[in-house]
Amino acid sequence: MNKLTSLISGAILLFIYLLVQLLERQGILLAYHVQILSLCCINIILVVSLNLINGFTGQFSIGHAGFFAIGAYASAYLTVTWQVPFIFAIICGGILAGIAGLAVGLPALRLRGDYLAIATLGFGEIIRVIILNTDAVGGARGFSGIPKYTTFGLAYLTAIITVVVIRNFVNSDYGRACLAVREDEIAAESLGVNSTYFKVLAFTIGAFFAGAAGTLFSHYLQYMAPTPSQIGFVKSIDILIMLVLGGLGSITGSVIAAIVLTVIPELLRGFAEYRMIIYPILLILVMLYRPSGLLAGQEFSLASLAQLFKGAKAHGNHS
Amino acid sequence: MAWHIIALQQLINGLALGSVYALIALGYTMVYGIIRLINFAHGDIYMLGAYFGFYAITMLKLPLVPAMIVSMAAAAVVGVLLERIAYKPLRNSSRIAVLITAIGASLLLQSTAQLVFGASFKPFPQAMAFRRIQLGPVFMTNRQLLIFGVAVLLMVILHVIVQYTKLGKAMRAVSMDKEAALLMGINVDRIISATFAIGSALAAAAGILVGMYYNRIDPYMGMMPGLKAFVAAVLGGIGVVPGAVLGGLLMGVAENMVVTLGSSTLRDAVAFAILIVVLLFRPNGLLGKKGIEKV
Repeated sequence: MNKLTSLISGAILLFIYLLVQLLERQGILLAYHVQILSLCCINIILVVSLNLINGFTGQFSIGHAGFFAIGAYASAYLTVTWQVPFIFAIICGGILAGIAGLAVGLPALRLRGDYLAIATLGFGEIIRVIILNTDAVGGARGFSGIPKYTTFGLAYLTAIITVVVIRNFVNSDYGRACLAVREDEIAAESLGVNSTYFKVLAFTIGAFFAGAAGTLFSHYLQYMAPTPSQIGFVKSIDILIMLVLGGLGSITGSVIAAIVLTVIPELLRGFAEYRMIIYPILLILVMLYRPSGLLAGQEFSLASLAQLFKGAKAHGNHS
Repeated sequence: MAWHIIALQQLINGLALGSVYALIALGYTMVYGIIRLINFAHGDIYMLGAYFGFYAITMLKLPLVPAMIVSMAAAAVVGVLLERIAYKPLRNSSRIAVLITAIGASLLLQSTAQLVFGASFKPFPQAMAFRRIQLGPVFMTNRQLLIFGVAVLLMVILHVIVQYTKLGKAMRAVSMDKEAALLMGINVDRIISATFAIGSALAAAAGILVGMYYNRIDPYMGMMPGLKAFVAAVLGGIGVVPGAVLGGLLMGVAENMVVTLGSSTLRDAVAFAILIVVLLFRPNGLLGKKGIEKV
């Protein structure tokens, strides 16, 4: 069963990729559409990795753009200055962001709730100000001339890897420990879960993927500007909105929200000025009526779909 | 100029800026003290206050002081509405839900302001001519004096309200123990609204003062000062009223010192560096009481 569903999932994912390639060849999908699809993939990586920190481990971080920025700038510096291979740059971007996550996480995760949120926000802003003051990466002028290495296929593949890794992490012993920390830190501690270890671990993994997303992003747009909306807290809050609307603790929700909230603004270009009015209202309404997000804690998978078809005969919960 | 004169001059500039942070921080700290909520939208109330003042002066042709009172009243209404609509229904939800709502409220106020008032900045009308007041080797502008004077006046009024009136007593009671206050016949909802009203009014006053000081206002002006004032509140000990004043002043001075010593773009990083250091070494703030964590 398990092997079969992974095989089918793999086939479907491959089919989507080939379909996009085919439609692009035929000229049905324009470069603009492919760009949106690639941005969807990058946002999926960001939202799913933030979900590991916020949704599954319950540590409220709003500085995700900081790790994104580290990945974006560090990798761009590597490819521009030392012409390193792109795959290597992605991994380096991720690792550097992960190290930053570790360095921030160790002290900051001693804080809770509101304080942690503000500390991570502050960290994100510090990163932005440092980039703004670093001439080697363009400073306030922005970093231009980044080679265009990111393709849709690469972004797509990275997104799939992210989802698979984080899903497997969440379903492993480590993931259980993270969930325990989220539900009740003191109870988890008393059962022998080293809560600091798991919090920092989740934070580091999340930061790693955010860095990888940053690498893909900077090598897609070929230009990075140290503005709040690209690498500052506006970006962090954008990611957070996607996460919250999709549902804390639901990877499916994150993926859907990342796609929908990337595509809708493009469709509604004409109403761009209303976007930032509609988003916050949605955010408040979701918090008022369904505080855990639209798909909180629920997952879609082929196995659960099969379960659904089997109907009454099924027993046990596979989701 | 000798370095100590520069330092003294920056101290004066810092105190003027710091008193604005202190005014905003007071709103954060009072609200946090009473309902344990970081009111992210507080910085945007400060922005709205600046706009209300702007329109009171330009359209209603009011002089500065009445304009400030009108703006403070209008901001107080916005603050209370915000609390009633967005925060009150969530009073028993998880802290994260409330925090997300507060972020949403902040974005909403910001983008609404952008739509209504326009995205570009507006020059703030000058209610008084620019003058320098020489104080020995250093000087102070009359605007700085005004900022400092108004801020101190408002803080004194706040102190009197909190310490010597029935409302203040009720506020302190609610912040100590909400349930017990309710049992003593205090209308907790009304006290929370009053807290929001007072905090918002102080923020509006700060908005007008800053508008005059920097000569310009824009829909995003609330973001950074809002965050910095929050840091100031944490630095002084969140929930402690004198702490907010101390934190605000220290923050203003620290920021000005950094600008003098190094680059002016680093000023935004200082606040957050202070925050992280404070949270690590003295999480209750300079004047905060030590809390015991209960299971």
